[in-house]
Amino acid sequence: MTRVLKAIWPWLLFFGLIAAILYGVTADVRWDAVYKSLPRLFEGALLTLELVGISVVVGLILALPLGIARASGNIWIGALPYVYIFFFRGTPLLVQLFLLYYGLSQFDSVRESAIWAGSHVQTTLDLGFHRWALDFTIPGLREPFVCAVVTMTLHTAAYIAEIIRGAIRAVPQGEIEAARALGMSYAQSMRHIILPRAARIGLPAYSNEVILMLKASALASTITLMELTGMAQTIISRNYLSTEIYFAAGLFYLLISFVLVQAFRLLERWLRVDALQGR
Amino acid sequence: MKAQFKTLLVAAVLALAGCSDEGGDKVRIGTEGAYPPFNMIEKDGKVTGFDVDIALALCEKMQVECEVVTSSWDGIIPALNARKFDFLAASMSITDERKEAVDFTDPYYTNGLQFVARKGQDFSTDKSALKGKVVGAQRATIAGTWLEENLGDTVEVKLYDTNENAYLDLASGRVEAVLADKFVNWEWLKSDAGKDFEFKGEPVFDNDKIGIAVRKGDPLLEKLNTALKEIVADGTYKKINDKYFPFDIY
Repeated sequence: MTRVLKAIWPWLLFFGLIAAILYGVTADVRWDAVYKSLPRLFEGALLTLELVGISVVVGLILALPLGIARASGNIWIGALPYVYIFFFRGTPLLVQLFLLYYGLSQFDSVRESAIWAGSHVQTTLDLGFHRWALDFTIPGLREPFVCAVVTMTLHTAAYIAEIIRGAIRAVPQGEIEAARALGMSYAQSMRHIILPRAARIGLPAYSNEVILMLKASALASTITLMELTGMAQTIISRNYLSTEIYFAAGLFYLLISFVLVQAFRLLERWLRVDALQGR
Repeated sequence: MKAQFKTLLVAAVLALAGCSDEGGDKVRIGTEGAYPPFNMIEKDGKVTGFDVDIALALCEKMQVECEVVTSSWDGIIPALNARKFDFLAASMSITDERKEAVDFTDPYYTNGLQFVARKGQDFSTDKSALKGKVVGAQRATIAGTWLEENLGDTVEVKLYDTNENAYLDLASGRVEAVLADKFVNWEWLKSDAGKDFEFKGEPVFDNDKIGIAVRKGDPLLEKLNTALKEIVADGTYKKINDKYFPFDIY
């Protein structure tokens, strides 16, 4: 019990303070409206989690080669990733979202292509011992969800790539030299020594980026997605209780980021190697 | 160190207090600025439109100096109540739900809701024919509310922050039709972007009274009502009406 208390006391304090301020200022907070909004906000929170979950995982996969290329120090290898990162870090996510969602849809050639409508895949996969009948649809940019996921993924990949570059650069030179001295090739030392080491160094920065994306996902509400913020705005548009509903939505965001922070903390502990100094 | 912290704290509190600045003795008109021809932001940044002209005419009659402030639509009532501005001339429909939050003047025009869709497209506004269609509307408008209440289980409703974005998605084909105020639709259909589209069916709701909103209990309400009667009586209203529409919208 004390351990639990120790872990959550800042949160209790925080919520207590907010509730007290709200109560003190307005004295007639409509808690019934907060309570009534919870199921729909929960629905919105699920969509938020979907958006963030997909984009930070796929973004990490995309960022890995980009980050390694950037860390290589060779300008021919690093130039293209640099341009990519420069573009996505240099423009606001909202602008990127609007460019993809409203911008591309202006062109007839885009609207007539498969990336707009998506494509229906119907094929059989024959592996000899078993046959799978595949029948699924890949949605296209017509869907706001696809636009949001694609934009957020490309955006966060640029940031994660820089995190990876920094982490790789932070691996002590001596350890890399030791790996090479043992006869490892560049690829081998990257796989067995540098990347595992860089993962531990970069993890706190990555968890930071995940939290940032959680908050940035609110922008998806501008392209008709009913994620947490969009849902909150829609509820407010009916009952005009902006303080109460945004407060409730804020609680959901806090709860999600709290869980994320704790999860990353566990992951950090799990990855820790005691022989190493610091992390 | 402690004193420094205190100064910092005081500065922070003052800065926060500045956010809800009362802004001198000018009367501030709140509007959206993304709802042509009623309120829009011109290329030079000036806020114009029917609502703004009416509001400025009312200010002249009330003999007060006014300035125009814009706010996003879905936060516009909370902004009024938070004293970001003093009255709201933003083509707002008088509804019972809104009356719980603000007071309304007498209506200054009457609107209706009508669908627009692509020219030549077979689009019937019968409930049975609408089944499964994707329809766009602006969030927090009576169009959005009407769709949810009357067709919520029939059509898929997509809500946009501004009406202009709903039109963009109508043009791209993401929504098959947009439901909006008929005068706003009329203005858009006249524009280059709307030339391939047309009204579909009769207006679905035709007695949409539009009023100016003030904070509950604000004595400004009576002054606005008196001024409104005056501008209708002396022809100022008609002049503004004719500037934007070839028909009478009062």
